[in-house]
Amino acid sequence: MISLTRGKANKNFDLTRLLTTIGIIIILVLWLIPTIGLLVTSFRPLPLINTTGWWTALNVNNGPAAAQHPDPNASYVEKLSTRFTIDNYVDALTGYRGTKSYLTDCRSGTKPLGMNCNLSDLLNPRGMGRAFLNSIAVTLPSTILPIAIALFAAYAFSWMNFKGRYAVFAVLVGLQVVPIQMTLVPVLRMFAGMGLNGTFPAVWLFHTGFGLPYAIYLLRNTMSSLPKDLFESAYLDGANHWKVFTTIILPLTTPAIASLAIYQFLWVWNDLLVSLVFLGGSKPVMTYQISNMVTSLGAGWHLLTAAAFLSMLLPMIVFFALQRYFVRGMMAGAVKG
Amino acid sequence: MAKPTVAPVMRQGKFVPWLYLLPAIIVMSIFILYPMINTVNLSFQNASGTASAETTCREGQACWGAFENYRYALTNELNTSSAKAFWNSFWVSSYGNMVKWLVGMVSGTVIIGLLFAVWVDGIKSEALAKSIIFMPMAISFVGAGVIWKFVYNYGTSQVQTGILNAIISAFGGDPVAFLSKVPLNTFMLIIVGTWMWTGFCMTLLSAAIKSIPEEIIEASRIDGATDYKIFTKIQVPIIMPTIIVVITTMVINVLKLFDIVYVMTGGNYGTNVLATRMYTEMYANSQYGRGTAIAVILILFIVPFIIMNIRRFIKEEAMR
Repeated sequence: MISLTRGKANKNFDLTRLLTTIGIIIILVLWLIPTIGLLVTSFRPLPLINTTGWWTALNVNNGPAAAQHPDPNASYVEKLSTRFTIDNYVDALTGYRGTKSYLTDCRSGTKPLGMNCNLSDLLNPRGMGRAFLNSIAVTLPSTILPIAIALFAAYAFSWMNFKGRYAVFAVLVGLQVVPIQMTLVPVLRMFAGMGLNGTFPAVWLFHTGFGLPYAIYLLRNTMSSLPKDLFESAYLDGANHWKVFTTIILPLTTPAIASLAIYQFLWVWNDLLVSLVFLGGSKPVMTYQISNMVTSLGAGWHLLTAAAFLSMLLPMIVFFALQRYFVRGMMAGAVKG
Repeated sequence: MAKPTVAPVMRQGKFVPWLYLLPAIIVMSIFILYPMINTVNLSFQNASGTASAETTCREGQACWGAFENYRYALTNELNTSSAKAFWNSFWVSSYGNMVKWLVGMVSGTVIIGLLFAVWVDGIKSEALAKSIIFMPMAISFVGAGVIWKFVYNYGTSQVQTGILNAIISAFGGDPVAFLSKVPLNTFMLIIVGTWMWTGFCMTLLSAAIKSIPEEIIEASRIDGATDYKIFTKIQVPIIMPTIIVVITTMVINVLKLFDIVYVMTGGNYGTNVLATRMYTEMYANSQYGRGTAIAVILILFIVPFIIMNIRRFIKEEAMR
């Protein structure tokens, strides 16, 4: 029956099939080209970035005379090798703002301003190396704390019976969509009074507060869908809530915890507003550093593209390695509204 | 209120549940509930929150009393000298831009997401195609801002290193300063938002399409329905509830949007949205009263969706 349908349908399907294929390809190309442009540009020397389009990167003869290979008879591969560089990444990581490049300066013996030409330059406050460490320092506690707290609350909401359970949870559902902007000013003033502005705990606490409603909601939905028999037999065997929580619930919710952790991790990693407000320039994270480079003068496309790619590296790895969990976390977050 | 999910044997004292809830309730009270109330309170006060907003009124100028910050937040960008001036100023104000963002980005993400989900459904490299569209979700708005700033780059010399202007030049057109030309710039920013969020809509819609029983589609195909008919008369109506969820989610996301505008134009050249305006009032101008008033207006836009959310939650609970 099915094969008959398909055969019959095929005749007038062909044109549709072709058009949809074209549609798919157009969309895919549109989606890929901007990122490819960034990636290619981040590996090109500055003089070439400013004079030729990244799509001509494989043309080894264009651009200013200074960018040409010294030997005009060199082979294509030799010429090509001088037209790509990792200098941009080194300069971005170290926060180099000179006129040549960090490596050139260091090799010629003139130390760039405020730098030592050794590994300690990776910790230069202007560089993306330092910003990477700051981002990690912000992100890890901001991921672990809300999930830890949410696990307890979600357990109470799904397997304990108490007055007001339903009402409290409904409030929580509503809190999920409260925009961050709504709470920034009072929290900023509160932190100012406590001397917390510009410190990591300020960001950890804020992200914990804001991550909680969604974390509790997701974990509660997972926990309450576990089969009831599991619990009943455990209780009949004399287990208390704590025992059930640690030996039954935690192992069974691990996939949900993984999705949630990835979601929260990327959310915090990619966040600009909270870091901008509570950390600012005192402990610059990657997003802050890049947004600063965009608006301030002196950071050309070579630095900007390399810095942007450095900030995407970790999210991309997480995304491609743990895609299933990531998508699940995002989707559960979606239904929250 | 005894919910069926809790078996009688699991009952416990009155105290224990709150012990489990306490950390969460404390943190959320300090960082969400208390600040919300405080924000509303601050919005009725002056720049530093020391006196009523009424004291900021000036003699001979419009004044809304305690609502003075709201007057500022609602009308400052608008030119009311004539109907035409009002119309023109509205469309470059943060409210006009909000409308553009809502219409442009919500329809863009949902339509492209839906089409793509239907098109790739069942093809050989479906998973790969989907992850390409979803990939921008993993990167930051800041990163996306840089990516697209480069696409829109407006060369200073004869050379166009931004691909869009290079294409325009190749066809003999004049290069365009995409990010400073009003009203084009807001639409160029909306494209960035659409690029980022289409994957999200597509994934949700794709899951919904896949949950439609195969027999329904097969049956209508036997009855001679074309792909187009199947799409409009069967698939779309069946997944309507999901489409609505996606739309409301996107509306909330768009209303809160900050980073794209902040990174790409800083809210200049008539691209301000509510969130960037709030940030400017708070930081550049140290106007806490005005900043919080804008925040309250923002949440008023979102309240209907909060109510929808709770309603849907209650309905879902009833079905459990």
